Amino acid sequence: MDQTQTFGVRATEGAAVIDITGELNASSDPALSDAYAQASELSGLILLNFAGLEYMNSSGIGLLVTLLIRANRQKKRLAICGLSDHYRHIFQITKLDDAMKIYETEADALGSDR
Amino acid sequence: MTESREQRASQIPRDAANWATQTDAVRLSAVPTGARNLNVEGKQAVGPLQGFGPMWQKTYRVRLQGSDATPKDVIAAWKENFPKFWPPGNTFYAPLTGIAPGEAALINSSLPGGMPLSTGVMVLYADDESFTLMTTQGHPFSGWVTFSATVESEGGMTCTVAQAQVLMRANDPLYAVGMRFGGHKQEDRIWEWTLASVAKHFGVEAQVDTNCQCVDRRPQWRRAGNIWYNAGIRSGMYVMTTPVRFVARPFSRPRTGA
Repeated sequence: MDQTQTFGVRATEGAAVIDITGELNASSDPALSDAYAQASELSGLILLNFAGLEYMNSSGIGLLVTLLIRANRQKKRLAICGLSDHYRHIFQITKLDDAMKIYETEADALGSDR
Repeated sequence: MTESREQRASQIPRDAANWATQTDAVRLSAVPTGARNLNVEGKQAVGPLQGFGPMWQKTYRVRLQGSDATPKDVIAAWKENFPKFWPPGNTFYAPLTGIAPGEAALINSSLPGGMPLSTGVMVLYADDESFTLMTTQGHPFSGWVTFSATVESEGGMTCTVAQAQVLMRANDPLYAVGMRFGGHKQEDRIWEWTLASVAKHFGVEAQVDTNCQCVDRRPQWRRAGNIWYNAGIRSGMYVMTTPVRFVARPFSRPRTGA
């Protein structure tokens, strides 16, 4: 796997969290897809934690769209947390914020689900 | 993961300059001579989640075997010659300042059946090895097209591969019908021609590989109202009312201001 990116999966109370660190681009597809498959077996709520994101291009945003469609098809909920102001702005431009629930922090996301 | 919200907010990532910054309406910096400027200025840029029809991911690729062009060479040439690489009958008026994040471009084309179509795109993202165009409201499809180039190996041979990837939904019910009856073919033809033109620019005659995948078959009925912005209908009405505007011109008040 590309050493500039990792997609760690962990189970928390009420959700499976995917910690996205490093880069999110076209080469992330297989690793992100694997991480999603693992996470979806753990919980119905999958939280993408972007606190460790350092770089994202438009192919990375495309991967998130296809992941969202996959989650919708499987009746899973996909939520986002840990976005910096910059990446929150990109979610607004691309209108992904219309389709995904965005939380400030992981604690906020998990708290709102209880 | 103990970084505070304030720390994260203050960091400027290295991709910051590559993204468009505006979230409101699309603005044209200038209108190129000869371009029909309709259905773009003041409209929203829309992504694949805002469209109506089934979602498609279409990938068009060409291997530049025999060329020593790097991915950066390919993308630089593609940005510079984007309008020239399009098939005849479709005119892409690139931004006068070039393909750069946030810039808007006009497209004058025609729908299957010959109906004129004036629409546009906004440059969502651009770096040295890729760029992405996002459509505006009323365009036949809602989504984005990412143009990229990478170095790939196959059978021990390394070469640069140019790619266009479309992630889209037909924008409204009328376009969704149109896409079924010729629209998808027309779109494939545009990008296959474009990729072949890119290859020719680097002296390569090569077959374009096309891969179309339906990511989500379900239409989004709550987006059926997108038809209000349908650029085909609006362009057609504009053309049909041209004689009326011509007759009324002497009686119209001159525009004031800039």
